[in-house]
Amino acid sequence: MNARRKSALLDPLFNDNPITAQVLGICSALAVTTKLETSVVMSIAVIAVMSLSNLTVSLIRNLIPPSIRIIVQLTIIASLVIVTDQVLQAFFFDISKQLSVFVGLIITNCIVMGRAEAYAMQNPPIDSLLDGLGNGLGYSLILIVVGFLRELIGSGKLFGVQVLPLVTDGGWYQPNGLFVLAPGAFFIIGFLIWLLHTWKPELQED
Amino acid sequence: MRQYSNPYIIGFATAICLVCSIVVSTAAVALRERQDRNKVLDRQIKVLIVAGVLEEGESATAEEIERLFEGNIRTRVVDLASGEYDDSIDPQTYDQRRASKDPALSSSAPANNAGLTRVPTKASVYQRVEDDEIQSLILPIEGKGLWSTLYGFIALAPDTTTIQGITFYEHGETPGLGGEVDNPSWKALWVGRRAFDDSWQPAVEVIKGVAGPAAEDPYRIDGLSGSTLTSRGVTNLVQFWLGENGFDPYLERLRAEGSAS
Repeated sequence: MNARRKSALLDPLFNDNPITAQVLGICSALAVTTKLETSVVMSIAVIAVMSLSNLTVSLIRNLIPPSIRIIVQLTIIASLVIVTDQVLQAFFFDISKQLSVFVGLIITNCIVMGRAEAYAMQNPPIDSLLDGLGNGLGYSLILIVVGFLRELIGSGKLFGVQVLPLVTDGGWYQPNGLFVLAPGAFFIIGFLIWLLHTWKPELQED
Repeated sequence: MRQYSNPYIIGFATAICLVCSIVVSTAAVALRERQDRNKVLDRQIKVLIVAGVLEEGESATAEEIERLFEGNIRTRVVDLASGEYDDSIDPQTYDQRRASKDPALSSSAPANNAGLTRVPTKASVYQRVEDDEIQSLILPIEGKGLWSTLYGFIALAPDTTTIQGITFYEHGETPGLGGEVDNPSWKALWVGRRAFDDSWQPAVEVIKGVAGPAAEDPYRIDGLSGSTLTSRGVTNLVQFWLGENGFDPYLERLRAEGSAS
């Protein structure tokens, strides 16, 4: 793997993470991270959609007339999202019910369009696929960390299994309801951005 | 930058649309059967859980669900206005949700707070039967929450007022807030409360804040924090379906007959 491909895949994990560095896709990061399970499924859905949309857009990038490129990208992304939603409904019915509208909202996830427009339109298919995969993984990394902390602190569970015995069930843990609500995710993402910027000072904007 | 002619642009757009629509419709058609089966199964699971046959979170295969459903649950079709059973309709094939959209099988809803525009004239009720005695009455309920229509079931004891359980099998409320109507510990708060007051008016309501234990505070349920509108929607829809335009004539008939058989 050459350096360019490697950086397409690995940069979005930390150096150019879509959520913490590019600050994209916050809306869904707030919405689906109350539980680890939904975070993981959402991550897989976004990785699938983003890799495939980047690949498809890149394959036909030289054929797309610039005047309608955005709408073409959107059509491709929307179709992929619908297919993903259908697959989830057929094979992961419970989880698809919990994710409800948010699978459909992957269409409006700024990261997907952002990568198609900024990367896949200029780069060959394999690089674009890796870029989509990398950005999807970067998004997933944050989603899973946030989901882990919110489910653990907010309800004392991981993957729906009680790990911290609750006061209401005779244990010692008093769950912090703030973390179940959207502001909890804001705080966690804020802390993650702070940590990342402390670790990699070059990311800071003046 | 290369120049593209208008015919090329239109042709390209058409081709993209065609390809995408073929992909989407292939996926939808190929997966429909599985999805429909999931939906039926999900509804059966919800009926079994609310009737107390199946534990919440208990895993069971599709075959086991079907067997439990066959063995424990009797489905009847009830005429809402008269409260009588209508045996001319096969309860296995009657689709109440489809009926509420069919002008011949539904009527426009009377003024209500539950956000309903049409109500079916006939409704499916499920009964958990043991040795030919009804143990639970499971009534379908639906109505508007904040974003979406909630569809679910409420289970009543044969006295027609003690609540045995409530569940929603379909809704689009905010996950983590209104979506907590799915939370097992919230649903457990309903168990043992009373749906009707002493003059048989629907009385159960979701309040803001915390209600007392079922024995002392039988008509009130804890509110869902952060979701006032979903909580209010649940109150309205439960009261509508228990009221005179819902299942009240049916429940009244059962009470008048002295037993829920």
